[in-house]
Amino acid sequence: MKAKNKIAALMMVLSLTLFFFQCSKDPQIPSPQVTGVTFTVPQGWPQPVYNFEENTLTDAGFNLGRRLFYEKKLSRDGSISCGSCHQQFAAFANAAHARSHGIDRQFGKRNAPALFNLNWQTSFMWDGGINHITVQPLAPINDSLEMDGNMNDVIAFLSADASYRKMFKETFGDEAVTTQRVLKSFAQFLGALVSSNSKYDRIQRGEAGYAFTADEEIGKSIFNQRCASCHAPPLFSNFSYRNIGLEPNVSLQDSGRMRISESVQDMHSYKMPSLRNVEVSSPYMHDGRFKTLDKAIDYHINKPYYMSNVDPVILNGQALSVDEIQSIISFLNTLTDNTFIHDTRFSDPLYK
Amino acid sequence: MIHKSLLKWFGIFLVATAFNSCKKDKPKEDTNIPPVATGAFNLLFKNTVGDSALVLETSEYKNANGDTFTISTFNYYISNVKLIADDNSVYTESESYHLLSAFNDNTLKIPLKNVPFKKYISISFMIGVDSVKNVTGIQGGDLDPAKGMFWNWNTGYIMAKFEGYSSKSPEVDKTVLYHVGGFSGSNSVLKTVGLDFPTAMTVSETESPKLKVKADVLEWFTSPQNISFSSLYVIHAPGADAKKMADNFADMFSIITN
Repeated sequence: MKAKNKIAALMMVLSLTLFFFQCSKDPQIPSPQVTGVTFTVPQGWPQPVYNFEENTLTDAGFNLGRRLFYEKKLSRDGSISCGSCHQQFAAFANAAHARSHGIDRQFGKRNAPALFNLNWQTSFMWDGGINHITVQPLAPINDSLEMDGNMNDVIAFLSADASYRKMFKETFGDEAVTTQRVLKSFAQFLGALVSSNSKYDRIQRGEAGYAFTADEEIGKSIFNQRCASCHAPPLFSNFSYRNIGLEPNVSLQDSGRMRISESVQDMHSYKMPSLRNVEVSSPYMHDGRFKTLDKAIDYHINKPYYMSNVDPVILNGQALSVDEIQSIISFLNTLTDNTFIHDTRFSDPLYK
Repeated sequence: MIHKSLLKWFGIFLVATAFNSCKKDKPKEDTNIPPVATGAFNLLFKNTVGDSALVLETSEYKNANGDTFTISTFNYYISNVKLIADDNSVYTESESYHLLSAFNDNTLKIPLKNVPFKKYISISFMIGVDSVKNVTGIQGGDLDPAKGMFWNWNTGYIMAKFEGYSSKSPEVDKTVLYHVGGFSGSNSVLKTVGLDFPTAMTVSETESPKLKVKADVLEWFTSPQNISFSSLYVIHAPGADAKKMADNFADMFSIITN
């Protein structure tokens, strides 16, 4: 009896110790408030388009923006936040969803893009219709297929919540909640989402212990010849609009960039995405039609669907072999930034 | 040694005094600049349909094309207000962005402040919001997107918004909806209006003039294009139709002289 009790007690102590030990070691538990937020241009990168002009980056502003990003009550029925469709482990794309579920289980019109290095982008959305990071969140918040909210309701909700009022006061000096303040806070969080610590970056910086494998080297060399003129490092996109010969999905009635530019030349053209973190941000293309990278590369390089405005670089390019595609993928996988996708400063602050 | 260090301290004291006195002198100089005497100039817009005052919802009107219609929304931006004096000097209102709405008469009053004492002979303003405010991110005040005059899917302000009903509209619910915007390229809808005063208006210690400007919806629908509600009835994006409506609203403003 005694011995059994002893063992039971010992096991309890052991399991409790293990439990606490795990909790304190678990990197997934975010700190409620982030401190020491900074924005620096990574070595060798161009100057950003947006550098928090008239919106100086502060801890308080970042923390407010971070909480707003994960706030479901910005949607009409309190069911959808930005973070619902922009998941950190997928580099803030929507994993396994060609098109995201918005409010009332409706499908959105396009694949939710990954979010990082946004301060270097001159426009937002697949069609580039939005011209400034500080007005971007208005689109998904208002879209009837996404969050179906409106700023008047958002402001009423935030103003009625004492914990938000406190955060607005810490950020702006008083408790007033305005559209401008909400969006400036969003931009503080979104702009701070910098991904620059992939294996590729570490090799570029000459950090000790990092080198490409032979296959990655081969992939890099093919990539530089065939892909880099458009998916140009260090951002891995030149953010221009291209028709890469994807057969239009007529049911979506989506003319792409033409919706904004009204130019027939832009029919079914979309903004070129960055290839950073591409390994974790499947599915691919504006409508998420490809689940795997080999399909995505094979179709747009080897089997473009003919339309008059398909990018000649695609139409006239030589086919890539299966082996070449696999080597390119090996190289692209070096663009995965595990530091970024596990950075607890960017995770849901209310996650328990 | 003591002597030397004393000298050093004295030197520091002298330099410090010099800087200190410099600081003190500055405000004195500032107050010597004579302040420009300024007053108020009141700008008042009046929305009309021809000679009648605009009444939302209940009044029925007829355009030059003979189409009857009612009005449910009539909003427009006025920005970059300037007054031109008889000595060719120009008063420019700072942060000059105003959303005028038929829903709220208070929005039709624009009190211009700090207007130098002068004799003014004309006014100019932009219909719409200049391109700078369309490309520099989130704005506040009358430019708050929550005011409902902003396209969030294709960044830019709706410069003028007319909504109403006409039996001539092919829409099922007979809606006529003109959301006129677009700030760049050949389809920019931005228009600058210049209006000469019939008689000069003086701002002085004793005079704060009131200028009444008419915004005539019928005029908007009449020239240079005669608008037919059966052929042009919905505009909700920048483009050629919006440009056409903007060419039309450029001359819908005039000075009320009575």
